[in-house]
Amino acid sequence: MHKYIIKRLLYSLIIFFFVMLIIYIVLRCLPTSYLENVARQMSQRPGSKTYQEWLAQLEAQYGMDKGYLAGYLDWLKNFFSGNFGDSWFYTVPVVEKFHDTVWLSFVMGVIVLFFEIIISIPLGILAATKQYTVTDYTVSIVALAGISLPTFFFASLLKLVFSVKLGWFDLFGLVGRDYDRLSAWGQFLDKADHLVLPIVTLVVLSIGSLMRYTRTNMLEVMNADYIRTARAKGLDEHTVIYRHAFRNTLIPLVTILGGSLPGLFSGALITETLFAIPGIGYTSYHAMVGGDIPFSMFYLAFIAILTLLGNLIADLLYAAVDPRVRLT
Amino acid sequence: MSDRQNDDRETGAGASGGSSAAEVAYALDDERRVKVLSPGAMVAKRFFRNRIAVAGLAILAVMFLFSFVGGLISPYAEDELFYTQTLQKKEYAGAVKNDEMRFLGAEGQDFGSIIQAQVVLAVTTSKDVVTYREVNYHVTQEGRDFYSVSLDDGTVIGIAYKDVVSSSVEGQKLGFDFVYAALKAYTNGQTEFTVPAAGTRHEITEGGVVEADGEELAFISRYVINPIAPDVFLTRAFQEELALALESGDESFAFTDENGVESEYFIEYKPDVKNWIVRQETYTRTYDRYAAPSAEHWLGTDRNGMDMLTRLMYGGRVSLVIGFIVELISLIIGVILGGLAGYFGSWVDFLIMRIVDIFYCIPSTPIIIILGAAMDTMGVDPKIRMLYLMLILGFLGWPAMARLVRGQILGLREQEFMVATESSGLRVSRRIFRHLVPNVIPQLIVSCTMGIGSTILIEATLSFLGLGVKFPFASWGNIINDVNNTFVLQNYWFIWIPAGVCILLTVLAFNLVGDGLRDAFDPKMKR
Repeated sequence: MHKYIIKRLLYSLIIFFFVMLIIYIVLRCLPTSYLENVARQMSQRPGSKTYQEWLAQLEAQYGMDKGYLAGYLDWLKNFFSGNFGDSWFYTVPVVEKFHDTVWLSFVMGVIVLFFEIIISIPLGILAATKQYTVTDYTVSIVALAGISLPTFFFASLLKLVFSVKLGWFDLFGLVGRDYDRLSAWGQFLDKADHLVLPIVTLVVLSIGSLMRYTRTNMLEVMNADYIRTARAKGLDEHTVIYRHAFRNTLIPLVTILGGSLPGLFSGALITETLFAIPGIGYTSYHAMVGGDIPFSMFYLAFIAILTLLGNLIADLLYAAVDPRVRLT
Repeated sequence: MSDRQNDDRETGAGASGGSSAAEVAYALDDERRVKVLSPGAMVAKRFFRNRIAVAGLAILAVMFLFSFVGGLISPYAEDELFYTQTLQKKEYAGAVKNDEMRFLGAEGQDFGSIIQAQVVLAVTTSKDVVTYREVNYHVTQEGRDFYSVSLDDGTVIGIAYKDVVSSSVEGQKLGFDFVYAALKAYTNGQTEFTVPAAGTRHEITEGGVVEADGEELAFISRYVINPIAPDVFLTRAFQEELALALESGDESFAFTDENGVESEYFIEYKPDVKNWIVRQETYTRTYDRYAAPSAEHWLGTDRNGMDMLTRLMYGGRVSLVIGFIVELISLIIGVILGGLAGYFGSWVDFLIMRIVDIFYCIPSTPIIIILGAAMDTMGVDPKIRMLYLMLILGFLGWPAMARLVRGQILGLREQEFMVATESSGLRVSRRIFRHLVPNVIPQLIVSCTMGIGSTILIEATLSFLGLGVKFPFASWGNIINDVNNTFVLQNYWFIWIPAGVCILLTVLAFNLVGDGLRDAFDPKMKR
């Protein structure tokens, strides 16, 4: 087991190296960099150096004048020694900005995951136990509709109904206009109020896939021999489903949910941007569009690590939950 | 379970299904009683029994017709602009009430600015004589806000006045004597005067027009009126009308110009700069923006004045074509690499699968956003940009396909029919792509169908963020983009809801059909 984990970790490191190499090259090749904007502005000041000179100076300052590979190794060295650099766009250290925003995304992620689980797993089981009934079709279509719904369209609809027509929530932002004058509890409520619509959006869009996953796995289990045995023993349907079938369905469910845990930190890029919630997704969206290489690199590295970590956790959990699986 | 009966029918072996006259003719053990369906026909039969999947197929058919045929039927072009006549108030003229003294020197006299300043001082302090450089200047009030300045010997060297005398005849210069006499009469409310030197008689009308023998010579008014709009010549009649309106404090007046066109004019006083802005209300040709749905434009027009329904049709074309091409690109790369990996195994498999692992780990949405933003700054031509978009999306999508193909082929590789192809000495490429890959096609079709749906979603999201398909091309995503404008969100549902419904329905339909196909292809699926 330990050997397996170490092997997987080393393997993940290698993948990480190449993933970041590709990303680094892509980012370096881009013509839209914050540096060029700054250089352009500086060169337009009266009596200034030319654009080319400014650019060369700035690139030297930020270590962008090296070759791709040397620059990448440099970045990697800095990354692993915990030196993530300063964000160009936000003009603060990357870690500081990251620290300011990631927890909001994490809280949102946890709430969304909670609702996702308590809504989609029961519905998935219901659909599976009543296969080919109206209930099943309804659940399946709703699940598929959730998957097919464009985030921005659903968010706009929610805004139209709840913000514009009913006026229950603000259209954008995390805090209201009079946030500073509120008490601590009031501030908490204000933030919670502003998070309702983004969370509803995320929940509705995410329940579909988990619901389908639950249904498929539940159906598979329901066809197993031991379920027939349980029925043959004369157990009541409730016991068959929740004691025998559901527990076995839990194996893939726990695996996939465990694998999605690191993703709680990754933020919801689109939804946060739509609602202007200053989480990690919104922050990195603006950094990326603004050509902020240090922040983008950090964010992308962060996401890559979360993905690798998620895969690792999923594999380990699979072995941990199901005694029939042995890792080699 | 009732499913069992379906199972029997599906294999095509049971005779319980039908009772048509033709079957009666055969003996019970006659082979012809057994309906043999090809695998394809069985898949089709299973598929069409799934009502939801058929509904999905129907939606897709409608969407395709709408997008590809609709564009041809629609009387409008993709980027045809529509105009409308709107009643607009355009700034027409400006008027200032002259509150400052103006000066005019007599011919041959020295009436410099220092003396002028002294005169103003004398007027405000109600003095009669000012002395400058030991010369006395006598300031005499000759009328309302009208003063003459004379030397000790009574020679008038200049006048100070607030009512402006302007010439009505182009090129005509008004002499000092004329202005002096005219103002003197006007400010004292007289209706006629004689210029002493020339001895000519003139009449002054109520509006301040100076006439000689019924012919207009000059115009006296407290207001200075200038045109604001280009190509506008303010006729005397208009100026008179405006001056009257200003005098009486009206906020609007109607005026018929020399061409007989009557327009309404609105006067607005700007206290900060102490002048009046006159706005002419005219019909102007503008883009027919955000027009509500009507008989001509069933879904109204968008922010550029283009027909919404036509944009939706062309947008559907773009979205669907992008979905297909992206899926095709990832299919080709995925099948080739996945096929090679699955067939050869060992180090080829290891290498390709590690590449797949790496691509799997690349965060695709951020990368696409970054590339989209880069194309924005580079100012890539919208057409080429669309091509890039497809290539990028396709290139990021192949690893899933490769994994699928490899997994399937690993299982198929060891089966007898593959041993047969090997022993009959077929080429490797033929073995892979003629014998192995076709067996994977069912899974590929299912995965592609759903893949097109999700590609359309990604494309729409990008276009919505303004990083995908660009104007002048329409795509469902960039049509909805307008909803970023809160005013549109609140007031113009027809701009964004139809496009959203189109995306939702199309993606849903692709998913339903994919689901239905999966069930239909899988013989183990019980229905």
